[in-house]
Amino acid sequence: MALLTLEDVTVRFGRRAALDAVDLRIAEHEIVCVLGPSGSGKSTLLRVVAGLQPPDSGRVLLEDADQAGIPVHRRGVGLMFQDHQLFPQRDVGGNVAFGLRIRGESRGEQRRRVTELLDLVGLPGAERRAVAALSGGEQQRVALARALAPRPRLLMLDEPLGQLDRSLRERLVVELRGVFAQLGTTVLAVTHDQGEAFALADRVVVMRDGRVAQTGTPVEVWQRPASAFVARFLGFDNVVPATVRGDVADTPWGKVPVPADSPQGPRTLLVRPAGVRLGAPEDGLRCTVGARTFRGSHVAVLLRPTDGPEVEAECALRDVPDEGATVGISFAAEDVVVLAETEEAAAPTGGNGAD
Amino acid sequence: MAVPVAFFAIFFAYPVAAIVGRGLKAGGSWHWGRFGDVLSRPDIGQVLWFTTWQAAVSTALTLLIALPGAYVFARFEFPGKQLLRAVVTVPFVLPTVVVGTAFLALLGRGGLLDELWGVRADTTVWAILLAHVFFNYAVVVRTVGGLWAQLDPRQEEAARVLGAGRFAAWWRVTLPALGPAVAAAALMVFLFTFTSFGIVQILGGPAYSTLEVEIYRQTAQLLDLPTAAVLTMVQFGAVGAILALHAWTVRRRETALKLVDPAQTVRRPRGAGQWTLLVGVLGTVVLLILLPLGVLIERSLDGPAGYGFDYYRALRSVEASGGTFLVPPLEAVWNSLRYALTATVIALVVGGLAAAALTRRAGRLVRGFDALLMLPLGVSAVTVGFGFLITLDEPPLDLRASWILVPLAQALVGVPFVVRIMLPVLRAVDGRLREAAAVLGASPLRAWREVDLPMVRRAVLVAAGFAFAVSLGEFGATVFIARPDRPTLPVAVARLLGRPGDLNYGQAMALSTVLMVVCAVSLLVLERIRTDRSGEF
Repeated sequence: MALLTLEDVTVRFGRRAALDAVDLRIAEHEIVCVLGPSGSGKSTLLRVVAGLQPPDSGRVLLEDADQAGIPVHRRGVGLMFQDHQLFPQRDVGGNVAFGLRIRGESRGEQRRRVTELLDLVGLPGAERRAVAALSGGEQQRVALARALAPRPRLLMLDEPLGQLDRSLRERLVVELRGVFAQLGTTVLAVTHDQGEAFALADRVVVMRDGRVAQTGTPVEVWQRPASAFVARFLGFDNVVPATVRGDVADTPWGKVPVPADSPQGPRTLLVRPAGVRLGAPEDGLRCTVGARTFRGSHVAVLLRPTDGPEVEAECALRDVPDEGATVGISFAAEDVVVLAETEEAAAPTGGNGAD
Repeated sequence: MAVPVAFFAIFFAYPVAAIVGRGLKAGGSWHWGRFGDVLSRPDIGQVLWFTTWQAAVSTALTLLIALPGAYVFARFEFPGKQLLRAVVTVPFVLPTVVVGTAFLALLGRGGLLDELWGVRADTTVWAILLAHVFFNYAVVVRTVGGLWAQLDPRQEEAARVLGAGRFAAWWRVTLPALGPAVAAAALMVFLFTFTSFGIVQILGGPAYSTLEVEIYRQTAQLLDLPTAAVLTMVQFGAVGAILALHAWTVRRRETALKLVDPAQTVRRPRGAGQWTLLVGVLGTVVLLILLPLGVLIERSLDGPAGYGFDYYRALRSVEASGGTFLVPPLEAVWNSLRYALTATVIALVVGGLAAAALTRRAGRLVRGFDALLMLPLGVSAVTVGFGFLITLDEPPLDLRASWILVPLAQALVGVPFVVRIMLPVLRAVDGRLREAAAVLGASPLRAWREVDLPMVRRAVLVAAGFAFAVSLGEFGATVFIARPDRPTLPVAVARLLGRPGDLNYGQAMALSTVLMVVCAVSLLVLERIRTDRSGEF
């Protein structure tokens, strides 16, 4: 049984559709991350599920019960807001206990649960602290504890780590996944940060303009982006039109090998930077070395071919060519992905819930 | 929204319309020609001219004197700042009668300057102008200073780095940002001085008369209702125009300014220039505000037998007070407190509902209602008072003999303050906090109680304090409808001042002091509560 089901949900603001016929299923204990650029309808998705935004058409079901007409406070879902929205006039304990108090739990039970949750999120003993005195990361944890306290059947996170600095974000995302695994929480999170989504989620849903562009496990999406949009959104820039015939594709860069059994005909081609091999100028496509960006374990090198669009390549530190040097490049078939032929044909593939 | 609308319809629009109708209608037809007749009279022309130019000059003087004060209070940290800010606000909530009396004690016959140098300035325009500056100093300091304190100084720094001189940076960056606030404050001051009644009544003598004073004279002394009605309409039109302008500037002020926490922008003054400025402002405050109040207190103690509480003692009984009243004047204190408390409750209910309605809805109609709520601040209180007398005297609303009449009139003046103070706070409550509560299981009512109420509670207290102080000092309407055996403090003061003799004069000073202390104490209590945003006052 799916915990959450969206059927053909549409939300319009004026003429623009923030959600356009979205289908989505989330199984119990699953962690799903919705990934998309700002304005793609991610936050609206959460608001529809929470009941803060009524859908213009379509249905929202929680445990197979239609939620139409059920007000926010009776849905039993948790939502962690983008900017936390902690109650400024209450201390940390008061914030975390809020949902329990509303449900009329005893004071002893409230206290016990607050202690337990603050331990869980790594803020033991913070009950009496003022919310305003907390750092961004601490507010984050309090917001999480507050959302978890009433044991929501579905926990939703809106850009959970959006405002935090990078190192804190990386640490927290691992902690979050640990917490959810420990509690068996079902989670629906939205973010624009792919790193966050891939680290957190069992399944990723990429959205574009209110539609689902692709869904799959992080590895699937990463390895086989469904469209040029998804590929570009994931940070891949080596995307070119191509015509595939057999194991070879015709591209602006010349012939590029593709994996066996690739779809044939006019297509869009993605070459991962790791699949771009640098060699002597006389081997393969001649390029001039442009900007080099250091990425820790490797270097991203921008190459300008004499003909055709720029190519990004990934180099080991010791193999980095000098800026301005001339090199020849070739492509490795295993890092080439044949995408759908056009953007429009990359029809939404949402709805195939986890099994 | 229904309650405030009904309240204003019955207790504001109806009485005012009735008075105007009585003045302009005879034999069942309207006589619009009376406008021309009245307005072409030279004495009325003079009143109109004086009203306008004294308001303009008062406004200019207030800005000139108070803007440096606004800067000092916004940007400098110095010991006693909290207290001083409360002190400069005292005049604003002081009844105009007390302000008039204080300046009479300073500048009038037998006043401090008269004794020292034989200088008398009452019945001159200078006394009126000074009293107006005294009264409105806080309006500028609060409205402009409140914003100034939150302006990011780095904006000015950015201009300096880009090559602008100190003055150029202020002129091109800070002033445009402050502009709307300055304009709003100036319009408020203009409004208050344009409709000035108590101060001009006491200090102006027969030579100077504002519209409001003239309306009072025509209504109460000459019983010339047609003239009063025409003047009321003229004042109504002028006030409407000022309020429309004010609403426009306030809306402009809401446009995106980058605001920061005031605590980040204050610092100790540095360098000779800044210290001079600080000392100058403090000197102004002492001379302009503390001196008149001090003299008032001094005069109230300066009895026939040397310093003492003679005048205060005289207030306790009918005989000792010289037979001006049917009841001991001190009873006016209890009357005033009771009336003001009732008026505060009415103003809170009506104003609170109006503010809530204004927060929830938007659009042209609501904005119009917003401006309408401000009208009682400017429409002739005298007209309202007299209108009460002639309209609320028959069933189903026969309130003429009822004590509730006075609080109702006072509440009318209190409501605009309640709305102005509550509105920004209500609007500032983030709707998503309510959503956060809802997601955690709180029903809409529960969410309001848990989220809105705690945040608004403080604003309610502040609004209550202002409404209380304003009700306490209301004079123009109360002077009409307060019954002789139930005078309020300002009415009693005015009546004492209207009688000759040292005893009456001294008692007026004593009673004014009592009134001032009551107002100041309620204000100081407020200043403790109010720590953050300054609303629009």
